[in-house]
Amino acid sequence: MATKKMAIIATKGTLDMAYPPFILGSTAAALGYDVQIFFTFYGLQLLRKDLSSVMISPLANPAMPMPVPMPVMVQMLPGMESMATMMMKQKLKKHGVASLEELRNLCLEADVKFIACQMTVDLFEFEKSEFIDQVEYGGAATFMGFAGDTDICLFV
Amino acid sequence: MNFDKELNARGMSCPLPIVKTKKALAEMTSNQVLKVISTDCGSVKDMAAFAEQTGNPLLSQEEANGEYVFYVKKK
Repeated sequence: MATKKMAIIATKGTLDMAYPPFILGSTAAALGYDVQIFFTFYGLQLLRKDLSSVMISPLANPAMPMPVPMPVMVQMLPGMESMATMMMKQKLKKHGVASLEELRNLCLEADVKFIACQMTVDLFEFEKSEFIDQVEYGGAATFMGFAGDTDICLFV
Repeated sequence: MNFDKELNARGMSCPLPIVKTKKALAEMTSNQVLKVISTDCGSVKDMAAFAEQTGNPLLSQEEANGEYVFYVKKK
């Protein structure tokens, strides 16, 4: 039987939206899939050596469960984003959910291939030295080359 | 049931029990049995799905005191 394949496009760079690509990528690899994740636009933040700037904001995020209801005016205040991120990280830890770093490392150990979109790297004037060494660079045609032959293809 | 290796996945959430099971099996030889202990109720369905998709038979599973114990045979 041919090896199954999965491709994911990761376009978001917030803490909550960083989880699905790494969870699905590491799980699919554990199930024997050949996996590629294509990081573009804000998803590029997930390839940084240091992931501490990946945050979650309660602002414009009405579905986010909060310990106490919080008016939008309060959510705007300085420091609220850091606080929400700290609280979310504590919650993740308490429930035994792996950190982003751990999940990303599990992906890399399982040979999940990370492709950074060259166009958006140039657009945001990122330096390749800001990203982890295992990243490869390519464009839409590179993604199609792999995605066209996959069993599962997701846009996150 | 006899087993060759034990994986303590207590306190871990999805997808760690599955990913760690895969890693543990990778270090074992064919026909050896891995015992996995998990506290994640989601791992009941996930472990069965893992076994089915990877072809490593799930020999048995039991639940006691909020813990789930799986015996997976390496194919």
